[in-house]
Amino acid sequence: MMSTSTLTIDGAAGPRPRRSINWSHPLTYFIALVFIAVSLAPVLYIVLGGFRTNSQITVDPAGLPSPWNVGNYIDVLTGSTFWQEVGNSTIAGVSTTVGVVVLGLMVSFVLARYNFRGRGAIYALFAAGLMFPITVAITPLYILVKDLGLVNSLAGVIIPQIAFALPTTVIILVPFLKAIPDEIEEAAAIDGASRIGFLVRMVVPLAIPGIITVGILAFIGSWNSYILPLFILSDQGNYTLPLGVQAFSSQYSVDTAKVLAFTSLSMLPALAFFTVFQRRIVGGLTGAVKG
Amino acid sequence: MSNSLGEKTLAGQRSPEGYPEAGGGTHRVSPPVAPRPTRRRTGQWRQRFEIAVLTGPAIIVFLAFVIFPVGLAAYYGFYRWQGYGPPIDFVGLNNYFLIFSDPAFHDVLSHNAIILVLSLVIQGPVAIILALLLNQKIRGRTVIRVLIFVPYVISEVIVGTGWSLMLQTSGAVNGFLQNIGLGALKANWLSDPHIAIWSLMVIISWKYIGFAVILFLAGLQGIPEELSEAAAIDGASYWQIQRRITLPLLGPTVRIWAFLSIIGSLQLFDLVYIIWGQYVASTAGTSTMATYMVGQGRNSGNYGYGNAVAVVMFVISLTIALIYQRFILRRDTAAPITERRK
Repeated sequence: MMSTSTLTIDGAAGPRPRRSINWSHPLTYFIALVFIAVSLAPVLYIVLGGFRTNSQITVDPAGLPSPWNVGNYIDVLTGSTFWQEVGNSTIAGVSTTVGVVVLGLMVSFVLARYNFRGRGAIYALFAAGLMFPITVAITPLYILVKDLGLVNSLAGVIIPQIAFALPTTVIILVPFLKAIPDEIEEAAAIDGASRIGFLVRMVVPLAIPGIITVGILAFIGSWNSYILPLFILSDQGNYTLPLGVQAFSSQYSVDTAKVLAFTSLSMLPALAFFTVFQRRIVGGLTGAVKG
Repeated sequence: MSNSLGEKTLAGQRSPEGYPEAGGGTHRVSPPVAPRPTRRRTGQWRQRFEIAVLTGPAIIVFLAFVIFPVGLAAYYGFYRWQGYGPPIDFVGLNNYFLIFSDPAFHDVLSHNAIILVLSLVIQGPVAIILALLLNQKIRGRTVIRVLIFVPYVISEVIVGTGWSLMLQTSGAVNGFLQNIGLGALKANWLSDPHIAIWSLMVIISWKYIGFAVILFLAGLQGIPEELSEAAAIDGASYWQIQRRITLPLLGPTVRIWAFLSIIGSLQLFDLVYIIWGQYVASTAGTSTMATYMVGQGRNSGNYGYGNAVAVVMFVISLTIALIYQRFILRRDTAAPITERRK
């Protein structure tokens, strides 16, 4: 960036880009602030609403908490429903993530670094999977899961989620693994490593950024997924958080403040995850887009 | 160690042109087409075994739970079937005749079409402008990026619950309008059939525009800075640079985003189902193919019919996806597998 500014100062048309940048920065900040405000207002409504009482909400639906009231949050946090659903969502999310990463890494490694007939076909198969989100397959998928006896169990949610997360994973990981220089593979081979040894000892550590990206995407996808648990899980004890939020909001439909507290607590984990790993996610998207 | 020779030939083979790449060509003693070493046979079997073991599990899971259900749907779609026992009441194409003669299905088709077009038209230009603005080296860029991505990370259930509480007649939006003296603008945002689809579009744009912006920002970062620097030296203005250099180079990213957006619009379910439920959605004019499928299929116990709707959805999505790939995405997607990274 330093070189840019010196260049523009030296160049004949120097003042113009400089001025336009100076002019546009306040405008940029203003637009960014408006955009952020619009993005966050509904989230703040949910979080702040949890600190209000129902009578406050009825009197002034768009007001701020006065006085602040932590009772709703405490009620939710001390009840067993919330924690049970957090547990179920965590089991589903972690299992899905591990499954997607392991299976996706194996198949992406082959697609990226082996040369064989049918490689393009396998890649195309997974790429085609991008076109079919879970919604279109949900009705027959439910029947399949029922026939396998997995209805009303977390396994019935986890396995299909792994399958449906594989396309994104393969699309993101293949370019990542291709980018590992051949020289490293050759050096490993000279040192006596087999292809599999190379995968385990060299590729996995080198591909950690890509693995984290697909892992986070799989985890957030699982944490937020709605239609699959809606079909598969019928027993409230097995509910994941999205089903729990919906059940809670219909069960306590008159207790708006408590619903808002429950809702805002249930979005925290995904938000925290994203905040910590946002650089990886954005980086992974860059890789995927550049192909 | 046994296949280290084979390794090199494979590595050599992967760049089909055989042009020596800078710095990487020294090891390639033999030309790419030279006969392989004698170890070839064992190495080949071993490679086949590795390929089978490594790709097998993923392919099996993927075929069983993604591809196979679609085939199942095609089969069940020919039956009148309540979901218990084997389907026996074969009705041929009757389910499909019922679907296409159902006025409610015509409604959902037009709703999906409206959502598809409006999503592209609203989110695309706004997201491009925002991405161009945020691509400048301004302070706090990381924080801004995180914050605009927040709606995308929050689950549809939470978004739906929050927005439906805000938009209900006694909700925060009407309360806010009242507070700032615009009480006349209060409306039944969710139940008025003239307004509901626009409320849905606001929620959809709010939820998904951050994704578009992040995607475009990622694409913008892939454009070499030298290009715009060179143009600036030649006297091009900021907006000239964006229009002539940045936007054309952003093309592939925009086309991929549009593809994802189209597919998402055709599959839209969660938000509508959570905010409106299956019954209100059709009277409010926000029902989609997916809510129709769930409402007429599983929720009414008509699994045969539900599967037929799934097939129709599948065919519509596939057709649109293939047309889009054939005519718009083709030039972008040819690269990833046929070319090694440049």
